[in-house]
Formats: sequence, C-alpha cells, structure tokens
Amino acid sequence: MVDAKKYPAPVTNPETAAFWDAAKESKFMIKRCTACGEAHYFPRSICPFCYSDKTVWEEASGEGTIYTWSLMRKSPTGPYAIGYVTLKEGPSVQTNFVDCDLEKLKIGQKVKVVFKPTDGAPLPFFTPA
Amino acid sequence: MTIKGKAYIAGIYEHPTRHAPDKSTAQLHAEVARGAIEDAGISKDDIDAYFCAGDAPGGAWPMVDYLGLNTKKLRHVDSTETGGCSYIIHLGHAAEAIAAGKCSIALITLAGKPRTGAMPPRAAGAEADFESAYGATTHNAYGMCAMRHMHDYGTTSEQLAWIKVAASHHAQYNPHAMLKDVVTVEDVLNSPMISDPLHRMDCCVVSDGGGALIVTTPEIAKSLKKPLVRLIGHGEAMKGPRGGKDLDLTYSAGIWSGPRAFEEAGITPKDIKYASIYDSFTITVLMQLEDLGFCKKGEGGKFVADGNLISGVGKLPFNTDGGGLCSNHPVNRGGMTKILEAVRQLRGEAHPKVQVKNCDLAIAHGTGGLLGVRHAASTAILERV
Repeated sequence: MVDAKKYPAPVTNPETAAFWDAAKESKFMIKRCTACGEAHYFPRSICPFCYSDKTVWEEASGEGTIYTWSLMRKSPTGPYAIGYVTLKEGPSVQTNFVDCDLEKLKIGQKVKVVFKPTDGAPLPFFTPA
Repeated sequence: MTIKGKAYIAGIYEHPTRHAPDKSTAQLHAEVARGAIEDAGISKDDIDAYFCAGDAPGGAWPMVDYLGLNTKKLRHVDSTETGGCSYIIHLGHAAEAIAAGKCSIALITLAGKPRTGAMPPRAAGAEADFESAYGATTHNAYGMCAMRHMHDYGTTSEQLAWIKVAASHHAQYNPHAMLKDVVTVEDVLNSPMISDPLHRMDCCVVSDGGGALIVTTPEIAKSLKKPLVRLIGHGEAMKGPRGGKDLDLTYSAGIWSGPRAFEEAGITPKDIKYASIYDSFTITVLMQLEDLGFCKKGEGGKFVADGNLISGVGKLPFNTDGGGLCSNHPVNRGGMTKILEAVRQLRGEAHPKVQVKNCDLAIAHGTGGLLGVRHAASTAILERV
C-alpha cells in the first residue's frame, strides 16, 4: 500500500537546509518576504515576487484545502494521489495525499500536514483534517 | 522588427516508423534530416544553421558532427530545450536568425525511441527536493488540470472524449497511424481510468520516430519546387506555480504565446482554417483551444463536442494526421508533428479525406513540460503564399 512506500531522502542544500531541519521536528516551514509581505513555497532566499533578499522562515499552520488532485491508478509502487494544497497562509504546494480513501478526495476538502520518514529528513504529505 | 513573412518552411519529413528497436537515436535524426533535405530539394552542404533539443544525443555539437553538416558554412546553432514544444520555438528562432541575416537555411531535427526504451531523466531543477517524491508524471499532472477544469467550468469526460473521437476519425486515413480504429465517446469513457479523470483513451500513444524541417529565406524558398508556406506569426511563453501564489491550473502559457503570434500575424483565431494542437492528452487540446482564443475560457467542452474538430464536419479541423492521440508522439514530444501536418494542409498534401479546402492559414501550437506543474508553450501561424 501507499504508506509502505519508500520515499527518497531529500538531497538538501544550503538554501533549504533549515526547512529539512524543521521537518525533523514535524514543523512545516514556508518563507515570507519582509519587504513585500508575500509568503511563498518552495522556499527561496530571494523573494520570487519582489526580488528582495529579506526572506524569513515561518512555521506554517500545516492546514489547507485541496486545490486539485489526481489518483494515479497504477504505478510500480501502487496507486497514489498527487495534488496541490492551498495553505491557510496562501501558497499552494504540490504533495501526495496519504492515510485516507484516495477515491474520496474532493476539491475544497480540508487537509493537514503529516510527515513520513525517509533515510534522511522526513517529507511532508497531507491527509484529511 | 517582425519575423512576419521572413522565413519559409521549404522542407518537411516525418519518419514513418513508430517502433525502431533496430535503429540508433542519432540514426533516426540523420534519416529525418535527409528526408527534409530531399523534400526541400537542397544540398546538405548548403545548411548553415542547426536546431535541436534535449532528444538529440549529446546536444548540438555531437549532432552537427554526426550529421556531417558543413562546418565551414554552419554559422548558427540553437539547442533551446522546452520539451515537446521545442521545435515550434526553434521554428520561431530560425525565423529570427534568418530575418537578422545570421543564417539562410536552417535544419531542425527531432528523433528518439521511448517505445523501445525509457528516456534518460531530465536534470533536476531547484524544486526537486520539494516535488520529485510526489511522483508527478504526464498522466497525473494533466489529470490535475482536467480535475480543476471540471470543477471550475463543468467540463465533462464526455466532452473530453470528443477530442479523441475526432482524432480517430482522421487517423483512419493515415496508413502510419498506430491507432486506426474510429472510436466513440462511449469507447473513451469505457477505457480504463489511468489518472483521474483521464481514461486511457484520453492519453496519447508512445512511439519511436521523429521529424525534421528546413526553414529558409523567401528568396531561396521561391527558387525551390515546393508550394510556398511561410511563418507569419510566432509566440513563446512559460508558466509555473510561481512560489505557489494564485495557483490556477485551468490555463496554460498558451494564453500568452497565442496572442503574441496572432498579433504578429495580424489575424484572429476566426481566420484559421486548420489547427494543429498538441494533444498529449485530450485536456491539453481543450485548454489550448480556450487559451488561443478559439472559444472563451471554460467553454472548451462545448466547443469540442459533437465533432466540431472533425475535418469536413466541424468548424475547426484539427490534427488531421490523427495527432498524438492516434498517429504518433515521437520522443514524447508532439511539437514537430504539429508543424508537419500544418505544412501538409497548407501545401494541399494532407490525405484527400481530411484535406481542408482552400487551406491558406493554419496554426501549429504546442506545450512542453508538465501542464499541471511547469511548462512552456509556443504558437506558430503559417500561411500558404
């Protein structure tokens, strides 16, 4: 089943290491620009909207709603549902939905973050709230 | 400065193969290059520009050498890589280079063998750690677009199925098409679900093969024997999740590349007699038709229904070779074959059963990458002179 799936460990790099360090404590981080106020995901050092380097880490609520999804019926590791979640804080993030009936996902459904282990830092996924 | 009318497509070739386990990828490039050179009636040694994308083994310099191009003459190269629409972008770039006097005869090639064996993976982007584990594939990335399009606009699986039905009506006349059987809306809906809401018949084929173009100056084109087809408008664009702000998967970068091309050409979608629209999936076609302005956003479902895309039946004949949905999809990249069938229509060389009467204006449009993640789009407007 999908939960037994082995996920690849993030490679990480100096720009994103803080995200993965926080993930080890089950904290889901986003970046916010203190110059323009916009939050973004995945995290960059330079704000993709105003190009300021005044971006700071912020712990997100981990709550959001399903923007869209698609259930991949067959794969070498079994079925999985990919989608985008629009976080309470604004940005939409690509993810997989886990620990639920994948055929009953709905656009607009409330979901929350859960972390799954890898051989390195854990990876964020979403499950119905 | 414009490229309008500055470059002509003088030679085309589509490899007839759909499965080539007995050939090398470089060999397929050489075979399609030779085919386009012969179609144009030029000499290989006259080529002074070469264009290729990520499917060319090793990139431009190994290919220029392998193909035996005349390096004393070759003075312009471009290996812009934007997935399936690379070749439509190459066509525009070739026209720019010709208009600027940087070259006079350009060769563009595409070839590969994804049906024989897996393609090498693309180099990782900055997003890799935050996305690769989630398994975005073509099927589910386009499935995500279709799911949201249905949610926002009420688009139905039946409407999407009409796109495949239209392609199959055309493919029955293409002796090289992989899928020659005419199918019904019910056939599409009854085919297995691959990635919701896309069924197997919403998906294109996987094929080996390739194609090539010769692009040249008006003067040289007029000295050759083929019917004259010229580029009069071109656009290119890219789109991605932009840090996750205001995500909207119901439109593509075609919403920008299309108007750029139409403005340069000085025409509107109503003037188009034939449309080659990249059909990696049925939803790709529906969204592109909206984005290019053939109908309003959200009305693509109504537009494609009831055979409106079938040549001789509907208002906008599309992909009269059967397209990626039925004929072929060389190297998982549909941009080249979109140009090839548009040129055939403008030359009057399409199959008589699908040839559009008095076809003087055509569009060839494609996307590259993953529509539901990040992608490029390119639009070419072609005119018979």
